[in-house]
Amino acid sequence: MEPSVILTQEQFELTINRLCFQLIENHNDFENSAIIGLQPRGIYLANRLQKTLQKLTGISPLTGALDITFYRDDFRRKSHPLVPSVTNLDFSIENKRIILVDDVLFTGRTVRAGMEAVMGFGRPTEIELMAFIDRRFSRNLPIEPNYIGKSIDSLATERVEVKWKETENEDKVILYNTDERP
Amino acid sequence: MKDLSVNHLLGIKDLTEDDIHLIFETADSFKKIINRPIKKVPTLRDITIANLFFENSTRTRLSFELAEKRLSADVVNFSAASSSVKKGETLIDTVNNILAMKVDLVVMRHPNPGAHLFLSKHIDAQIINAGDGTHEHPTQALLDSYSIREKLGTVSGKKVVIVGDIKHSRVALSNIYALQKQGAEVMVCGPATLIPKYIKELGVKVEYDLKKALAWCDVANMLRIQLERQEIKYFPSIREYTLQYGLTKEILDSLEKEIVVMHPGPINRGVEITSDVADSEQAIILNQVENGVAIRMAVIYLLASKIGRD
Repeated sequence: MEPSVILTQEQFELTINRLCFQLIENHNDFENSAIIGLQPRGIYLANRLQKTLQKLTGISPLTGALDITFYRDDFRRKSHPLVPSVTNLDFSIENKRIILVDDVLFTGRTVRAGMEAVMGFGRPTEIELMAFIDRRFSRNLPIEPNYIGKSIDSLATERVEVKWKETENEDKVILYNTDERP
Repeated sequence: MKDLSVNHLLGIKDLTEDDIHLIFETADSFKKIINRPIKKVPTLRDITIANLFFENSTRTRLSFELAEKRLSADVVNFSAASSSVKKGETLIDTVNNILAMKVDLVVMRHPNPGAHLFLSKHIDAQIINAGDGTHEHPTQALLDSYSIREKLGTVSGKKVVIVGDIKHSRVALSNIYALQKQGAEVMVCGPATLIPKYIKELGVKVEYDLKKALAWCDVANMLRIQLERQEIKYFPSIREYTLQYGLTKEILDSLEKEIVVMHPGPINRGVEITSDVADSEQAIILNQVENGVAIRMAVIYLLASKIGRD
């Protein structure tokens, strides 16, 4: 079966813009807010949001990258050691409103680890969650996003891949079977 | 995917260059974590580690214990002075009794060279060597190289001289292996009686004149004289050793280039190194101690990730 396209380039851009407007509604001038992308692939969304918000409002919100490797719950359940990525938070999160962003929300386990990792840096006022693609009805934990790019229904055997202009030369979201990786 | 090529850390001799780089890259992440307000991660919360010290240690034991605690492992400590070893129990029995209490990983220091290798063949747990007699002290060598890499950017191509009691030093042997695997040039320097006869077989240079050695090197690693391991006198007096091989500020200032000064501790101030050198800008002795925790976290993390895997 051919991989199906969930978001085309055009829809992709509209979705990003809508998410930005939703953020502006809730965070005004982002004076006390920060966007944190979860490594490895949430950082592309975080950077794109920052860029788009800059274009829309002239304000560039604080943006960081968070690695959650050491907070994961599947240590020793993989066939190889989990190799950490870079954490880049050059601002204090103390008393900030944190928007945790990731490209795909599936079981919720990454987000659980992400929340714990954020708390390792201090005590934010609140943590919100944004998922660019929300795979509904697949959660292992009681975690729901505050902002959703698009909700989809998918099987556990399927995979969602978000491609970014910066790394894959196109903005696109596709869904495919794990045994038919394109 | 990256993984260590070994199941135990018995010595640097068994490691590949890739292993050393993987440990360093992992340590980079941990170094950031231990400098945060909350210095702890929950990674090893289901792992229990036994620290077995059959020989005295302050720094290494504290460093291992902190590394384990920062990874959220459960830790049990054991020192030979207060144990059944004194009552005649064998090493295998002692360790098997501890493992029967469901311990996953063993950090051990033992006065007998090869004790860890022997143990690794008889027990079912990951073993980290925290020093075995005059043989190896792998985590010390890793943190030494890591500190050089941090200070000078790379280890490859650097010239490192190890000064002092080479004959009785496990730090020296592990450092020679570690530095050579990363492409550094190694020289040893000390009184002829404290340089092992066949050390050249390892591909290191030998120099008996401290000033010549220092003029050659980028990094000087000053070792302590291990009087506790010397059953006979190897030099006439400590004073004479200090005059010949002690590093002073005058010697350091007389060199044409600025070298990096290291010391694995504990320092005997005024013997192998004077106070003004130990406290100078060129000394990275306290960086070594800080890096020790990050390196040990990395080693424990990478070995622990193998537990329970086929």
